[in-house]
Amino acid sequence: MANTRVAQRGLGTDGMLIALFLGIGVFYWLLVAARAMDPLISFHAYVFIIAFTAGLFGLVMYATKEPGDETGYQTAVVKAGTFASMFWGVAGFLVGVIIAFQLAFPNFLYFDELGWTNFGRLRPLHTSAVIFAFGGNVLIATSFYVVQRTCRARLAGGLAPWFVFWGYNLFIVVAATGYLAGVTQSREYAEPEWYADLWLTLVWVVYLLTFLGTIWKRKEPHIYVANWFYLSFIVTIAMLHIVNNLAWPVSIFSSKSYSLFAGVQDALTQWWYGHNAVGFFLTTGFLAIMYYFIPKRAERPVYSYRLSIVHFWSLIFIYIWAGPHHLHYTALPEWAQTLGMTFSIMLWMPSWGGMINGLMTLSGAWDKLRTDPVLRMMVVSVAFYGMSTFEGPVMSVRAVNSLSHYTDWTIGHVHSGALGWVGYISFGALYCLVPWLWKRKDLYSRALVEWHFWISTIGIVLYITSMWVSGIMQGLMWRAYNAFGFLEFSFVETVEAMHPYYIIRGTGGTLFLIGALIMAYNLWRTARGDLRAGEKRPAMAMQPALAE
Amino acid sequence: MYETLSSFAQTGGLILFIIAFVLVLIYALAPGNRERFEHARRIPLEDEEDGDVR
Repeated sequence: MANTRVAQRGLGTDGMLIALFLGIGVFYWLLVAARAMDPLISFHAYVFIIAFTAGLFGLVMYATKEPGDETGYQTAVVKAGTFASMFWGVAGFLVGVIIAFQLAFPNFLYFDELGWTNFGRLRPLHTSAVIFAFGGNVLIATSFYVVQRTCRARLAGGLAPWFVFWGYNLFIVVAATGYLAGVTQSREYAEPEWYADLWLTLVWVVYLLTFLGTIWKRKEPHIYVANWFYLSFIVTIAMLHIVNNLAWPVSIFSSKSYSLFAGVQDALTQWWYGHNAVGFFLTTGFLAIMYYFIPKRAERPVYSYRLSIVHFWSLIFIYIWAGPHHLHYTALPEWAQTLGMTFSIMLWMPSWGGMINGLMTLSGAWDKLRTDPVLRMMVVSVAFYGMSTFEGPVMSVRAVNSLSHYTDWTIGHVHSGALGWVGYISFGALYCLVPWLWKRKDLYSRALVEWHFWISTIGIVLYITSMWVSGIMQGLMWRAYNAFGFLEFSFVETVEAMHPYYIIRGTGGTLFLIGALIMAYNLWRTARGDLRAGEKRPAMAMQPALAE
Repeated sequence: MYETLSSFAQTGGLILFIIAFVLVLIYALAPGNRERFEHARRIPLEDEEDGDVR
């Protein structure tokens, strides 16, 4: 497809390789569609065929356009990433609200004849949409932005970043439609089946190479600490994903596979993966955002660069061992449980070191919290990080875990990290990125950011507090005995007691969703170049160029 | 086999991690690196708009 005419851009080696791969892929999936052993893989075969064909069509469109300027930073793929993040964020929060109300009112939006409206199908849709679709797109977009800026180099690999962006979102679509249709390998946070896993592996390797390639050709000799955090996220997720998903398909024409692990080894592998999805997806990746966007927004260098180095190495060395705390009182050897617990307690130090580093970056600029709601959002995010990384190690202690495990306390803990830390730092980064990328003076409206901030903060508080009460109550009811040594409560009595808290939780989630919708509107107007009239705008440098 | 592995994970791991941590501290706190980190701190603040890349 390489065209020799001067007026056309043509395809370089990168484009040719992608085209070749997509072409082979189309034929492979046609073969699978023809010989499919079950309707599920047949359905996904058509999804892949449509996506790969669209990709080939996109390459042709690209190749026949006039050559553009390809010397500056690559921002188009980051712009696409902000769109995707916002879209998946709203979708994921919406599904979360639906399943929250399904727990309070089991027939809410559930229809017998539509199996996919069942809680069991929607729940992995929610978790994957918020973690991997929203969080993943935020991480890919910000990493592509930050690595270019801090290395002073254009993204490597030509079209490779676009392959990563579209390939990753194709994985999301395959995973999400699969959950609804009933494709699952039943591994927590790793439900997609073997073919989706293989596709993600390929996309992820290209992501790693793109990131490393950009670092390789950097003009700035030092690799900024945010890039270390991004790199540890990319490398570790690759390792976790591959090992956790080691499986053997029934046939290459079947959607079903069987794990290579069994028994307690399987359980440990799953929680080694599961906890490090928290550690290396939801923590190190977003810490990278903290280390770039907070200094940038506050116009102050990070509080202590030395602390950031100690933070990085101790965090990644310790986090990887914390998984066994999910398996207290199981067949896992007790020394391994204790090991997981001990490493979780040790995580206090790097977590709080990092939190202090992020917060103290504002020293001498605390007044900005009053005037800049975006910076406030990011600082509150770091405060939530401190809170949930304090709570987590407490819950990993075996005695506390005997009360908290399997209760809603865990759900509350996860959401103080997810809504407070991951959500807010992502929102802050997106609020920064959109004006920077589209070269706007300021956001469309700061007042709307204020509204977003307060509405969703109230939502988070309602969510967390209701789950604390409900979870601890649930745990206490489960272990209550009467005078004769019998269990005091039946299971359904605990469910009934939790009903009011489930309604409060659903309300909190709804507020969080409303905040995200306000944000989507605000960002949309910002990208269009609108400025809401009559708003006071403090004189501060919005464009990176204007920063000192 | 199990005993050997678990004792390696317990004692050997402890020693290896302490060594690794000390090395990190030496790297982070070495006076010779002061200037390098002072420069690194300012990397996000010193980039120019669409300025010289590549």
